[in-house]
Amino acid sequence: MADYQNILTQVQVRGHYDPGVELPAGDWSRDHIKKFSHFLGRIGDAQIGPVYLGFTGVASLLCGITAIEIIGLNMWASVGWDPLKFIGLLPWLSLDAPLPEHGLSVLPPLDEGGWWLIAGFFLTASIILWWIRSYRRAIQLKMGTHVCWAFAAAIWLYLVVGFIRPIMMGSWSEAVPFGIFSHLDWTNNFSLIYGNLFYNPFHMLSIVFLYGSVLLFAMHGATILAVGRYGGEREIEQIVDRGTASERAALFWRWTMGFNASMESIHRWAWWFAILCPITGGIGILLTGTVVDNWFLWGAENGFARF
Amino acid sequence: MALLSFERKYRVRGGTLIGGDLFDFWVGPFYVGFFGVTTLFFATLGTALIFYGAALGDTWNPWLISIDPPDISYGLALAPLKEGGLWQIITICATGAFVSWALREVEICRKLGIGYHVPIAFGVAIFAYVTLVIIRPFLMGAWGHGFPYGIMTHLDWVSNVGYQYGNFHYNPAHMVAITFFFTTTLALALHGGAILSATNPGGDEEVKTPEHENTFFRDFMGYSIGTLGIHRLGLFLALNAGFWSAVCIVISGPFYEGSWIEWWNWWRNIPIWN
Repeated sequence: MADYQNILTQVQVRGHYDPGVELPAGDWSRDHIKKFSHFLGRIGDAQIGPVYLGFTGVASLLCGITAIEIIGLNMWASVGWDPLKFIGLLPWLSLDAPLPEHGLSVLPPLDEGGWWLIAGFFLTASIILWWIRSYRRAIQLKMGTHVCWAFAAAIWLYLVVGFIRPIMMGSWSEAVPFGIFSHLDWTNNFSLIYGNLFYNPFHMLSIVFLYGSVLLFAMHGATILAVGRYGGEREIEQIVDRGTASERAALFWRWTMGFNASMESIHRWAWWFAILCPITGGIGILLTGTVVDNWFLWGAENGFARF
Repeated sequence: MALLSFERKYRVRGGTLIGGDLFDFWVGPFYVGFFGVTTLFFATLGTALIFYGAALGDTWNPWLISIDPPDISYGLALAPLKEGGLWQIITICATGAFVSWALREVEICRKLGIGYHVPIAFGVAIFAYVTLVIIRPFLMGAWGHGFPYGIMTHLDWVSNVGYQYGNFHYNPAHMVAITFFFTTTLALALHGGAILSATNPGGDEEVKTPEHENTFFRDFMGYSIGTLGIHRLGLFLALNAGFWSAVCIVISGPFYEGSWIEWWNWWRNIPIWN
């Protein structure tokens, strides 16, 4: 056990700054940040940047900052612009969704949900611009778009709770507030109002994929570190030209549980588990209140809940 | 038959912790070892007792079968089999099977000449389970504080225990644990997506290199942790999710009995802003 276990990089070899793969014609250029961090180098790559901003990146950041400003200034106003109270009470402060009487009104009075709608618009614009960016960056580097579609799965859940379900319910007041404790209260009350979300089968699936993702990353991360002495972290090379690291990693699981993934297929397991968490979660939320009013009673009708 | 094309040369003797060569063999794809035998013993006994408990119950509906812990009134004593004793023996069997499984993984690691990361990681998961059914009930003075072994009943237990402490979302360790769960899943999506997008670029395009992965993440968000770092980060995030889950439940009851909503009053009452 005194051996080196690949937890931290002990000797950092610092090569030249890597400017990255060349960009195709028509792209903006990358910025000129050239930094190295010794601390980051302990666990991973020491190089910071360069980042590619591009039109969608700049537009996304502007929209995101606008949304955060609206949320933050509303919270600050709610404590009478007292800076100390703003910091101290921040966990309790909230920018709430429109009041129920405003239904799906496009712009209710600003202090009765109007600001919430404007902040939500800019936040959504920011996220969708960032999503376009995730697609563009992959295409420009001639890579697959798997990261982009995984991001889309998360955006699906975000749109369900803040946009699609409120429209189906006919009121923006159904949406999630912007606030630390307030969004936790929303989550808690959502379960209580609809008869215990644990009885929602899609909630069950979402939790399975959430815990399953954590289990998979623990298994995968630990396996790769364990075969690090054979170069296991060079996954792409191991996929196209299997070496002893892949063989030992596969045999570890085969001998342990009778089944093993390959160096490529473990990443398919990973990708599917991770994206199915928000996909099934979004389905579960969308069915709640629209199709099913009380999940416990629904469970009783379907033979898996009892009084 | 169960051998992979490259497997034979890896099937060497040695690496066992206990029992020497006695159990140093495979059955099909499975390695046995001394701890394979103990795993089989505990798992078989535990599963049989679960079926026995189910037979004593009033339903064979798999969603509703439940093996309940003893009543609180039994404290830390052994209970009669039909009144929670089964739960107690099954808990011993489960813990025995999990620990045996981890030690069997250690033997397999030694045989393959690889690090012990997987059994150590599994140890964190075992720790979380043991916290729920042994450490916390022990600290609270009754095995009845363990959770019941049943699909719906364990969900009810989570729900009920959560509301006993006001609103569990306000438990700071629960917040930390959930943040680690979500972050691990995010990181897993990014890592899985990165590898798949580099090796499956589509069309006739050539498979890409780690340089492309680094460039993608630097372009996309300004930093790429790299091929080795992502696995350290993923393991760190995942283990923290399990560890803080154990913390958030063990502090509820043994160390704090009130409402987690009110727990935050100390922060609200700091004189600087109060």
